[in-house]
Amino acid sequence: MTAEAYLKPVPEPTPESKPYWDALNAGRLVLQACGNCGRVRHYPQPLCDACYSFEVRWIEASGKGKVHSWTVAHHAFNPGFKAELPYVLVTVDLDEGVRLQAPLRGLTDKDIRIGLPVRVTFERVKEGLTLPAFVVDGGPT
Amino acid sequence: MSLKEKGAITGVGETAYSRASGKSVLALQLEASLKAIDDAGLTPKDIDGIIAYAPSAVVAEDFITNFGIPDLRFSASTPMGGASCVAAVQCAIAAISAGICNHVLLPIGRNGASGGRIATRVQQMPQFRTIGEFEMPLGAIAPAQLYAPMARRHMELYGTASRHLAEIAVNTRTHALLNGRGMMTKPLTVEEHQNSRMIADPLRLFDCSLESDGGCAIVVSGADRARDMKQRPVIVMGVAEGHPDSPSAITQRPDLTRLGLAKAAPKAFGMAGVTHADIDVAEVYDCFTYIVLCQLEDMGFCKKGEGGDFVMNGTISLDGKLPLNTHGGLLSQAHMAGVNHVIELTRQLRGEAGKAQVKDAEIGVVTGYGDMGDGSIAIMRRG
Repeated sequence: MTAEAYLKPVPEPTPESKPYWDALNAGRLVLQACGNCGRVRHYPQPLCDACYSFEVRWIEASGKGKVHSWTVAHHAFNPGFKAELPYVLVTVDLDEGVRLQAPLRGLTDKDIRIGLPVRVTFERVKEGLTLPAFVVDGGPT
Repeated sequence: MSLKEKGAITGVGETAYSRASGKSVLALQLEASLKAIDDAGLTPKDIDGIIAYAPSAVVAEDFITNFGIPDLRFSASTPMGGASCVAAVQCAIAAISAGICNHVLLPIGRNGASGGRIATRVQQMPQFRTIGEFEMPLGAIAPAQLYAPMARRHMELYGTASRHLAEIAVNTRTHALLNGRGMMTKPLTVEEHQNSRMIADPLRLFDCSLESDGGCAIVVSGADRARDMKQRPVIVMGVAEGHPDSPSAITQRPDLTRLGLAKAAPKAFGMAGVTHADIDVAEVYDCFTYIVLCQLEDMGFCKKGEGGDFVMNGTISLDGKLPLNTHGGLLSQAHMAGVNHVIELTRQLRGEAGKAQVKDAEIGVVTGYGDMGDGSIAIMRRG
């Protein structure tokens, strides 16, 4: 059996972001913290914008947060997403103080509100690529 | 030194707008440019500065080749997506004021309908590199999907409704029909807007701008020189650009409802020395209806959160308090990345806007918006 072609865009990790993608592949959500002043940042970038240190420490994120905003995609701008329409994308305030955008599973937009507690899950979409998604925290696993 | 009253729009030109131009992007830009240069009473060899639209396959060197320009003295680009053109006006006036050059050409041309569509185009733009790695793989591919969370947040915080966005879409369509050069040729009703299919909730089909083939160009000259040129000059009273917090990722922006324009607008109004009550006409970048509403707030025409109420009850119609996008904008005329907005404001202030002419228009504002929220603004007056 041959695997169906993966049509969605795939990330091209950089030296700065590779630990993030490697952690997702291992089923963990990690975030960059400045190795000097400790400031947490996302998305990964080379330099701390507070103290200009290149030093990086990767921290384990709780994976928990609250919905800040959202959209529901009804039109596929890439053929790889056509079969999933409509899909919900939530912008989430992680407990660590940065945001993460990812699909929300198991809920329609009628039940979404700002402040809704969610937690991250991991979806292995192809060999070597795991993407984050969210589910309602306390909801079905 | 400030750029106050230092520059002028002295020539404008545009091609026909269509879904299939059958021409190269370079040919479209050259055609629009020749019209703008002629409108200014210049010859192509008089152009000594070019700010090419970025990203585009067309560069300043193409104009040297096709116009036979003997000594191009200034070449730049202002890669801010739809904020590029008005930011380029600032750049051009700065170069002219510094004595580097005299007449700067700002061209755009694209086969946005028959060529690469928006989702393809943004993937090629370095400004979208971060999004390309962290959000596109998850399904946030196109601007409609990237911007929708800003609109949703605004709605949840302030009670803004799709009906408010409909008012902007319908009003803009009405103006496009008066303009007569637009791609959209039939009226739009509120009901049609409300029944149009959802693209990226809360943005419906008629909240989204067109994909267009065509070209536009403007010529920027020094204000002192402009007084002796062919057209009544349109003087740039104040101009500024502004970049939002977290410019590469909307997701990480502290306030999702605040664009780069919020930083630029006070500078431009301050430079121009005018207040909002002085503005007779507004050409506001309208890639999406919500972006118009947000810019009206960020410019200070109303308070944050009050944009929905502001656009209702005829305020933005031709005979309203703030006639808006009198050419039909990107929503209903054509998507020329806002160069058509500068063209329209120039025509309004010359008194050449035809059926869509705002009576006694003397001072107007034009904005650009691009990428993940870059902003630019120019306040202009009849010279």
